[in-house]
Amino acid sequence: MCIRVKKPGLLTTVQDTGRFGFQKYGVLASGAMDTMALRLANLLEGNEEQAAALEITLLGPQLVFEKATLVALAGGNLSPAVDGVPIPLWRPVYIPAGSMLTFGGAVSGCRTYLAVAGGICVPDVMESRSTYLRAGIGGFHGRALQAGDVLKTGEVACLMKAPSDEVSVLSWGVSHEIRPAYEENPVLRVVRGPEFESFAEESRQKFWHESFRVTPQSDRMGYRLADVSLALAEPLEMVSSAVSFGTIQVPPEGNPIVLLADRQTAGGYPRIAQIISVDLPLIAQVKPGEHVRFEEVSLEEAQALYVKREYDIAQFKQGLALQVR
Amino acid sequence: MRYFPLGDTAVVVEFDTIIGSSSHEKVRLLSLYLDQHPFAGMIEYIPAFTTVTVFYDPFVLRYAEARAELKRAVSQAAHIVVEQKARTVEIPVCYGGKFGPDLEDVASHNGLTVEEVVHIHSGGEYLVYMIGFAPGFPYLGGMSERIAAPRRSSPRLSIPAGTVGIAGMQTGVYPIETPGGWQLIGRTPVPLFRPDMNPPTLLMAGDMIRFRPITQDEYENWEGDVVCVSE
Repeated sequence: MCIRVKKPGLLTTVQDTGRFGFQKYGVLASGAMDTMALRLANLLEGNEEQAAALEITLLGPQLVFEKATLVALAGGNLSPAVDGVPIPLWRPVYIPAGSMLTFGGAVSGCRTYLAVAGGICVPDVMESRSTYLRAGIGGFHGRALQAGDVLKTGEVACLMKAPSDEVSVLSWGVSHEIRPAYEENPVLRVVRGPEFESFAEESRQKFWHESFRVTPQSDRMGYRLADVSLALAEPLEMVSSAVSFGTIQVPPEGNPIVLLADRQTAGGYPRIAQIISVDLPLIAQVKPGEHVRFEEVSLEEAQALYVKREYDIAQFKQGLALQVR
Repeated sequence: MRYFPLGDTAVVVEFDTIIGSSSHEKVRLLSLYLDQHPFAGMIEYIPAFTTVTVFYDPFVLRYAEARAELKRAVSQAAHIVVEQKARTVEIPVCYGGKFGPDLEDVASHNGLTVEEVVHIHSGGEYLVYMIGFAPGFPYLGGMSERIAAPRRSSPRLSIPAGTVGIAGMQTGVYPIETPGGWQLIGRTPVPLFRPDMNPPTLLMAGDMIRFRPITQDEYENWEGDVVCVSE
């Protein structure tokens, strides 16, 4: 089963849940910006949740499917349509052979994930299929998709039988309770970073009470925030140390940077806060120009939310297993 | 020594707040220990100059438990006896010319000749404190302050893989093509990042490295990626 890329869109890459175990060698984790959307789209297809899927950014591609298959989209709503017929997100959609998937405008969010039954088939590089753009490895030949590329998909154990030769939306999907609570200009929950106390009192207050604008100088590596400048109480001699997905660091000029999927492994700027894991999908869907605010939660609360989310996913998986049987 | 969280999925042990050989050794021993004895729920770790950050899955264990596991690992690691001496890796470098366009600036900044800079840079022995920033990028200690030079006022948009640079008191080698503001003094034909191999990098924290000057002819005819490794 093959997918032919007619138009690549703005930035379409193969991603999975990330490349772990090699950060000690300086190798970035990469992976989906919105791993929840990727995991849920995969589950709808009967794939392993960490299977490779396409991460589609803002301006979607045009993709032709050689054979009938099941697809599922999740994340931002970039107006997907099959042969001109709009299709929903968060549900498996059966599409007939020769169908073309296209995208229109971004209705909400800025990244959507396309999972295909069997997963996107690309070689493992360091135990992951994620594209690491800067090093040119992983994913599809280490790069974003281009017109003319042909992607293979994996074997499908049991593709639900074709209801007809028309596009059809299957009857089950991901309920609202399990989906990330996306919104424009979101409030993001954070825990304090290791250097929080080193910031000037006034800057700490600003951090909690003001709204930050996401600038166009934002990408998979990090979002640069503007409009509010933060300062340390006194100069701090920092020794480079690990950073992670969601770390908010503040370089000397004062504008914070939120580190994301393609972050480097270590950094030397003070870390004022860290976005909690369950809210990472929200920042991943923020478009440049939107605003974000930060709200403090305790580490215990952050971890309780994480555990609850994983239970919800486990329950969803069980429900799906019954559905598909 | 201090333990603290980094977000809701990582715990950090900080051995010291300044760079030194004693904290470096502790980071190295703990890394060796964690390689062999990862605890349940541990995902991976990132060693740095004075810290080791361990990532874990909060679904398996919470912060207090992760911190307790890390404390246990730190105390166990202190007993490791490393019989193997640190490796010394020799990195061939073609200095100056098109490979090191800033070599003359570094020389004139320090009131030295180009030959003196090469002599001092290749005469030193450097400790790989940590790997980070890019795959296989070594943070090195031990450069002579006689060849220190400030970062360029405007960074280059693209620096080729293998380029050797100086920034302040630091020197290092860019493993992959990247933008950067360092003063470029030469280039090595030996790949530092090797995604098909395990480990995927030539250098590791704890290695000692030396730079050996080679001619442009040797650079262009460099075969394979044999590096002289001595005990």
